[in-house]
Amino acid sequence: MKPSKSPNTGQPSVFHTSRRRFLATTAMGLVALTASGARAKLLFGTGLPWDSGSIEPPRQVLPGPWTFFTPREGELVEAIVERLIPADDLSVSGKDAGCAVFIDRQLSGHYGTSDRLYMKGPFQPGLPTQGDQTDLTPAKTYRQGLKALDDHCRRTMNGKSFTDLSPEQKDKLLTAMEAGEAKFEGPVGSGSLFSLLLQNTMEGFFADPIYGGNRDMVSWKMIGFPGTRYDYRDHVLKHNQKYTLPPVSIGGRGDWARKG
Amino acid sequence: MARKLPHKDVVIVGLGWTGSIIANELCDEGLDVVALERGPWRDTATDFNIGYAADELRYNSRQELMLRPAQTTVTARNNAGQTALPMRQFGSFHPGNGVGGAGVHWAGITWRFSPADFRLRSHFTERYGAQAIPDDMTIQDWGLTYEDMEPYYDRFEYLAGVSGKAGNLNGQLQDGGNPFEGPRKREFPNPPMAQTYGPTLFAETAAKMGYKPFPIPSSLLSRTYTNPLGVTMGQCTFCGFCTNYGCANYSKASAQTTVLPVLMRKSNFELRTLCEVLKVNLDSTGKKATGVTYVDTSGEELEQTADLVILCAFMLDNVRLMLLSGIGKPYDASTGTGVVGRNFCYQMANQVVGFFDPAKYNFNNFIGGGATGMAIDELNNDNFDHGPLGFLGGGSTRCAPIGAEPISKRPTPPGTPAWGSGWKKAMRDSYLSNLSVGCEASSYANRGNFLDLDPTYTDRLGRPLMRITFDFPENDVKMSAYVTKKVGEIVRAMGAQQAVEYPRTGPWSTVPYQSTHVVGGTAMGADPSTSVVNPFLQSWDVPNVFTVGANVFPQNSGFNPTGTVGALAFRAADAIRSHYLKSPGPLVHA
Ligand SMILES: Cc1cc2nc3c(=O)[nH]c(=O)nc-3n(C[C@H](O)[C@H](O)[C@H](O)COP(=O)(O)OP(=O)(O)OC[C@H]3O[C@@H](n4cnc5c(N)ncnc54)[C@H](O)[C@@H]3O)c2cc1C
Ligand code: SF4
Repeated sequence: MKPSKSPNTGQPSVFHTSRRRFLATTAMGLVALTASGARAKLLFGTGLPWDSGSIEPPRQVLPGPWTFFTPREGELVEAIVERLIPADDLSVSGKDAGCAVFIDRQLSGHYGTSDRLYMKGPFQPGLPTQGDQTDLTPAKTYRQGLKALDDHCRRTMNGKSFTDLSPEQKDKLLTAMEAGEAKFEGPVGSGSLFSLLLQNTMEGFFADPIYGGNRDMVSWKMIGFPGTRYDYRDHVLKHNQKYTLPPVSIGGRGDWARKG
Repeated sequence: MARKLPHKDVVIVGLGWTGSIIANELCDEGLDVVALERGPWRDTATDFNIGYAADELRYNSRQELMLRPAQTTVTARNNAGQTALPMRQFGSFHPGNGVGGAGVHWAGITWRFSPADFRLRSHFTERYGAQAIPDDMTIQDWGLTYEDMEPYYDRFEYLAGVSGKAGNLNGQLQDGGNPFEGPRKREFPNPPMAQTYGPTLFAETAAKMGYKPFPIPSSLLSRTYTNPLGVTMGQCTFCGFCTNYGCANYSKASAQTTVLPVLMRKSNFELRTLCEVLKVNLDSTGKKATGVTYVDTSGEELEQTADLVILCAFMLDNVRLMLLSGIGKPYDASTGTGVVGRNFCYQMANQVVGFFDPAKYNFNNFIGGGATGMAIDELNNDNFDHGPLGFLGGGSTRCAPIGAEPISKRPTPPGTPAWGSGWKKAMRDSYLSNLSVGCEASSYANRGNFLDLDPTYTDRLGRPLMRITFDFPENDVKMSAYVTKKVGEIVRAMGAQQAVEYPRTGPWSTVPYQSTHVVGGTAMGADPSTSVVNPFLQSWDVPNVFTVGANVFPQNSGFNPTGTVGALAFRAADAIRSHYLKSPGPLVHA
């Protein structure tokens, strides 16, 4: 075996044949995995493999038709996120911030299908300390849960649908769902649907706008989060002083775009 | 049948923190080293690109850099009477995946354990008498001393460029450092990081109360630094997207920023990514490993023979590979015999959240990083008299603003609604004016807490998942209640209108994130009847197998583990280089 150059010093690295003698010496050769195709990557003493495209940059979610929701589901979710995050003097509503669009796009990706999670059976009911043990992906939870919500409304609200209710009635029903007290039919309980809706709505409201929610960084401006600025060295020692620069997102800032 | 590949001197399983350190050391010895890593290649410019590294949804909420449970997970239960069920998504801890391992997205708090930690049972017995240690508490000594570890702590700290202030230099206490730490031979390689308002207020208040605050030892760099391997890192910018994220500034020490630029250029090093090791192969005597079998992404099984097998696959997979390969006797909790899987421990994560008057306090919590902040150590380990208290152990207390990405970090006072205008106002008011002080505390081994193979659930390849049987022992719950109350006093003294105490209580839940400081399962020690590896991390049963990781801790200290894990990696490499290669075989005779 040849001694290697150690790149930091330019000196040959320590190499003791005596120490190696005990080790079975096999000719060193490049292991060709060509027979098995480009399955695994072999990286030899060639320096750092700057493998461009090894990770994908996020893509800006574009406005447009629903990618997961049916029109009815979209309507329902918009009505819900508008109550979870209502328009008031602090911000626009969850709907106007794009939370429903965010949820729709998330559900048509790997998040919706739980592709990355452990989804092998057997599925057995567990203890609260064991986490979610259902085979319901977020996509299924929305599809079945929203239908159960619609049915529940028609059944208990004199045939009215959720979208027909007054803001107060909507809040009352959402509160009952939050407590798991609204009795839904089917596999998705009202409490599970509510907690997923709340989690995803908040994700949409606070995530980078590139994912379709938090339009115009509305939540960040409201709370004073500067987003992706990445360098605060000049403010570390400015104790108890307001940070005044406006937020920036992965896609930049609205006022960077050319006007007109 | 697995296809056989040409022989290598050394095969390293996993190229995270420890794998990179050992690989580099053994390459310097002239050995042919191959590392097998189950995840992809990752590097700063491509994977933690500054254009999109600061993405909370992708990296924190969806855990993009971490192990996907679809690949492998664990099952969990609180006691042997329950049926363990799979962690379908990771919650309580977040194992890493891919080159750099969890070291890519760690927080960077880099401690040395207390001298007493390494001889814990002896220490408690000497100070409080044997009866102070409960019968079911299976804590033990490590088989080495702090003095044995000192040179290797030093090497890891200089490799990583740790920023901090010594509290004890060669036995002389130093102002501004941790007065409880073991003696260091020299200062930290870099000065402490600058401090934002929150930790400054914490330190001032704690000092007035008689505590001795000091800067958290941090693997986020306070200045530009070139490490002994010649790799240069940049100054941390307090970007606030640190824990759970890769660093786009080359400021957080990881395999990528400290070792790989050198290791990857060595002609006697080879890395195979997207290759998951299935087991260590033993010869017919069962006392010698012949190499490992692994699978690539096509599903083909390959056999890599080697003279030395080093498991650096993070503690969970290290223990699982030992169990799957039949190395060491599995632990049987009902009889208390056997060793592999024994003494699985965790970390008691306690917290106090302070809500301050928004008109007067602005902490700008988004300015931060995983290891910025100030700490006190009076409440840790055996730094206070446990005689009258009825429990053992404690934790390191620190005010460490890690960032304030708003999907996950916008606490509201108890009683605040979770949605609607009332929520919005309360959330907005507390966003910049809340401040947390945490106490990361010890977790002591208990007879009923262990790891074994699950009888029901398998990974995508049909191999049994590892099963965790764990709950917080009464001792640790009492300790948590005590230290959290003390921390609450400090937060109130800082001026919080409300200090909400969250001492860790049982039962252990797999759902909320606590820490990725799972430890134990293949304890190191001087006695093979209670340990799996000797004090050089060499298997007692199969001496050409070493394992490096927190799996060798016999129990956990009130500190984050990686400073000690990194030091142990250097120590094992040194033992292999200076002793094992001269005379392959057991380094310690039992
Ligand atoms: C969010 C987070 C924050 C943390 N913060 C801190 C902190 O502040 N301070 C601290 O001390 N510690 C911290 N830690 C813990 C720290 O990251 C680990 O202790 C450290 O990375 C352990 O090093 P390791 O080499 O044992 O494992 P890793 O660095 O995880 O490397 C193990 C490697 O082995 C690979 N592997 C596993 N199984 C196989 C297999 N079968 N075949 C092939 N490859 C395999 C993995 O993909 C991985 O790349 C944190 C961890 C996390 C996740
Ligand atoms: S806080 Fe510092 S070390 Fe951490 S990711 Fe940001 S720049 Fe890097």
